[in-house]
Amino acid sequence: MERSVVKEGGPAPVVIEARGLQKSFRVPEHRIDTLKERAAHPFRRMEYRELHALRSVSFDVHKGEFFGIAGQNGSGKSTLLKILASIYRADAGRIRMAGRLAPFIELGVGFNQELSARENVVINGVLMGLSKRDARSRLDAVLDFAELQDFAELKLKNYSSGMLVRLAFAVMVQADADIMLVDEVLAVGDMAFAQKCMDVFYEKRDAGKTIVLVSHDMGAIQSLCHRAMLIHDAELAYIGEPEEVAMRYYRLNFAEAGVEGPGRGAAAVPDINARVVEARLEDDAGQPIENVAQGAPIVLDLLIEARRELVDPVFVIQVMNVDSVVVFSLTRTLGSGTRELAAGDRVRISGRIENSLVPGKYFLDCWVRRPREHGDLAVQGLRLRDFVVYGTGEREGVVSVNAEVEVEAVPEQARRA
Amino acid sequence: MSGDTPDLTLREVPGPSALGGGWRRSLELLSLIAVADFKKAYFGTALGYLWSIARPLMLFGVLLAVFTQVFRIGSDVPNYPVLLLFNIVLFGFFQEATITAVTSIVTQESVVRKTQFPRLVIPLAVVLTTLFNLGLNLVVVFIFILAWGIDPTWTWLLFPLALGLLFVLTTAVSMIVSSLYPRFRDTAILWSVAATVLFYASPVLYPTSAVPETLGDILQLNPFTPLLELARLWVIDPTAPGPIEAAGGFVHLLPAIAIYLATCVFAVWTFRREAPRIAEQL
Repeated sequence: MERSVVKEGGPAPVVIEARGLQKSFRVPEHRIDTLKERAAHPFRRMEYRELHALRSVSFDVHKGEFFGIAGQNGSGKSTLLKILASIYRADAGRIRMAGRLAPFIELGVGFNQELSARENVVINGVLMGLSKRDARSRLDAVLDFAELQDFAELKLKNYSSGMLVRLAFAVMVQADADIMLVDEVLAVGDMAFAQKCMDVFYEKRDAGKTIVLVSHDMGAIQSLCHRAMLIHDAELAYIGEPEEVAMRYYRLNFAEAGVEGPGRGAAAVPDINARVVEARLEDDAGQPIENVAQGAPIVLDLLIEARRELVDPVFVIQVMNVDSVVVFSLTRTLGSGTRELAAGDRVRISGRIENSLVPGKYFLDCWVRRPREHGDLAVQGLRLRDFVVYGTGEREGVVSVNAEVEVEAVPEQARRA
Repeated sequence: MSGDTPDLTLREVPGPSALGGGWRRSLELLSLIAVADFKKAYFGTALGYLWSIARPLMLFGVLLAVFTQVFRIGSDVPNYPVLLLFNIVLFGFFQEATITAVTSIVTQESVVRKTQFPRLVIPLAVVLTTLFNLGLNLVVVFIFILAWGIDPTWTWLLFPLALGLLFVLTTAVSMIVSSLYPRFRDTAILWSVAATVLFYASPVLYPTSAVPETLGDILQLNPFTPLLELARLWVIDPTAPGPIEAAGGFVHLLPAIAIYLATCVFAVWTFRREAPRIAEQL
């Protein structure tokens, strides 16, 4: 849970520097899109509505950082992404970058269905900023990574969608850009694939690459990013801790939802309650482990720090699988008569949980909840960590259960009797 | 490779433009895409090349029949059949390239909207692919010319110069129409009509000498007039009047040259102006 990229010797150098970015779109009240109309009304003044997509946005991203850009649909985050990727031009402000940027707004953009994989890989490589020679020299590596060497000469129109995704992904990995600009579209869809993407991003991050992730999935922002910023209404609303970004994002969403149906009993309102100090899994001997064997108990040791005064807090431990299904959930309150925590107080949550999870990847979350005035609940979701349950047993379903179920052939005589 | 110690100097990001990402990248993309498109056209189908030469040849057959048998203009012109074929192939290059270029940027929409693709590369790739095509067609034309009994002269070596002028004009017009199309969608219809008008207003079917004087002045404004005459003089008929002679002096040639240059300047100006905002127009 190393969240800081600040190493000894001060912060890492800035690789993206954005200053005063401004962008507005002129939306014509009556769009003239033919020369005929233009000729018919040569003197008509076009009436435009100015739509501000970004207002004076400035920020820095440091080398080796996993930086999140969050915001609701229409907040301006996609416009910002496109300006960073040199697809749109900012009206005002400037961007400076160090190193080569590769935008991944969508997998396989620029693939030509009529051309072979070989040709497409080279063209795409150049598109990602490689020189033609570099792109050619990495061709084999790309095809190997995608496990598509045998189909190198096949036209893409004859590829299956799975093969296409593999190829596009391999190009992305091998493009080896210094700064990667990733749109959330990559993170959704096929979960197994999204996981593979994320694993690669972690690898890239550890290799000192900088990754900018644009998303409205707060889970992704909280679990992946070192730092994040929130864009709201074309403006930079907050920049800093991903938890804070997520909290403010939820608050914005709730504020808007609240207009529709106020006063419907206890409402859950997001708020900052606590932070994770440590989240460990242990084996039977008490040694920290990263992953758990199938059937072996899950031994937890969590340390959570209150960030404000908490009265009667409730802690809900949840394990979620990759399909976002909550497999189980445990609700606990403070033991030994304590009712209150002051800001800075810590609680330890530890114990053993019987493990009937099927092999696969899981996420461990903790929701910290406290009652608020008017019967509201202030909640905060903390993504503690992820882990893998490994084993060779049954993988179907969500959990494996102890069962005494047998199959027996029924002899014919027995039926007659 | 960026190496182990990447350069950490901050550099200005200029935003999208005609040659976004630099000259070298644009050129590499251009060559890759033009070659790929060309291969696609010729090696994709069994009759690829045959189809591409079939169109000018058929047009040639029909026009030859009409203009030698019905209107009989052709009978007075020396080597009319080869001249006609030659002109059709040259003008056909211009027509095919520009008409394909009009919608090219919109056809490549996903690349324009989702990557930093140098905008200029798109229409240029169209022109370049068509140029390869022209090269192959010219092989057939030159076989025809030799078979017709025209002897090669040293002026054949000058022909690439005329081809260069044609290429530049074609590129300029492609740039104009392709950058206007995202904003004004009727550019495609207007241009297909304009290209047809231009076909008849250029000395493709007839020599300049066959045009009455009143219309001749208008014809002299057309940059294609001196261009095609130059090609004819150098390749088909060394005795034909050159562009200067046909225009009646160099001064009369100036308007055509001015229009040619103005088209090129306008092309660069329009494209540079439109390129940064094309992604928003789509």
